[in-house]
Amino acid sequence: MSGIYKPLIIGLGVVSVVLCIWIVHKLRILEAQPVFGSIEPFSLIAYLFWLTKEIGKADWAVTKVILSPDIPDDQRLIAVPTRQKTDFGRMIFANSITITPGTITVETEEDRFIVHALNKAAADQESLGDMNDRVAATEWKARAGGEL
Amino acid sequence: MQSFVVDILSWACMLSGGFFLLVGALGTIRLPDFWSRLHAVSIIDSAGAGLILLGLMLQAGLTLIMVKLVIIVIFLMITGPTASHAVANAAFVSGSRPRNMVEDVTEETSVSPEAKA
Amino acid sequence: MFVFATVTICIAMAVVLIRLFVGPTLYDRVLALNTFGTCTVLFIGVVGFLFERPDFLDIALLYALINFVGTIAVLKFFRYRRLGDSREEREMIMETPQTKQTAGDLR
Repeated sequence: MSGIYKPLIIGLGVVSVVLCIWIVHKLRILEAQPVFGSIEPFSLIAYLFWLTKEIGKADWAVTKVILSPDIPDDQRLIAVPTRQKTDFGRMIFANSITITPGTITVETEEDRFIVHALNKAAADQESLGDMNDRVAATEWKARAGGEL
Repeated sequence: MQSFVVDILSWACMLSGGFFLLVGALGTIRLPDFWSRLHAVSIIDSAGAGLILLGLMLQAGLTLIMVKLVIIVIFLMITGPTASHAVANAAFVSGSRPRNMVEDVTEETSVSPEAKA
Repeated sequence: MFVFATVTICIAMAVVLIRLFVGPTLYDRVLALNTFGTCTVLFIGVVGFLFERPDFLDIALLYALINFVGTIAVLKFFRYRRLGDSREEREMIMETPQTKQTAGDLR
């Protein structure tokens, strides 16, 4: 990171990495579902490009709401069912909802999220369902149905 | 010629990023209650930070600096939504509800009815 | 260009600070604090470019991490009124039935 590649600096880096791995192993917080086995990297990258486009559109919509003279008065809490099979997929879906302006994931339950939406356009169940399907499509099919 | 095009793109990114930052900051002042302010903050987190860091990346070129900028973008994109979800969830659990709600799926399970007023 | 970005970020930070002081509820303040931290990360990065010292980006990265951890710590403190969990507190949590599963996972 610093552009210095002396053996002392590299050695200190290796030592701290090993120390971190030892501590995490001792804390036993890695016994949940494996993270990197549950998602396909390439379709995840394709999904991120699509998500960037959606964020741009939602940004513009919320900007118009903020700059409009009348104050928004139709907030709502809606329930969104999740179709992901793995925890990592659900995490990506919840973060995608939250990072898109206009919708915030408020509460996560077993098979649905409670989502707070700013106005009627943001509470569109069809676009949320579209995002839901796309996240579910990035999951690793061969393993997602199995013991994960 | 090429650096000229890169400069123009970088200018565009910086200008629009600054615009979104100002809009988000204005939203934190103007919007009426906590739940709508969350969305203004979301604009700052996604559009403002992303566009300004993209402008810096275009200035940096393909160097070690760009790698650092990419890492910063990844961190902001992961921690920003997580932090705002944590704030929203804490407010939700403590019984706060948005005012003037049109539609509410949690009405029957609401803990404190007077908080909805 | 960098001067323009710096001035913009400064204005945004000042406006967010107003919300931080005015904010009627605790959550408004925590949210404004988090936003202020994000603006600070941008500010450090842009100022590093402005003075042509890109080493500032390391500091910005570190600040992003500490900002996130700080927000979560403040929220956790106001929810549970403590920061860590000692042995007797964990046993107290395990006695309540609905959190038994969570406490069991923690072990």
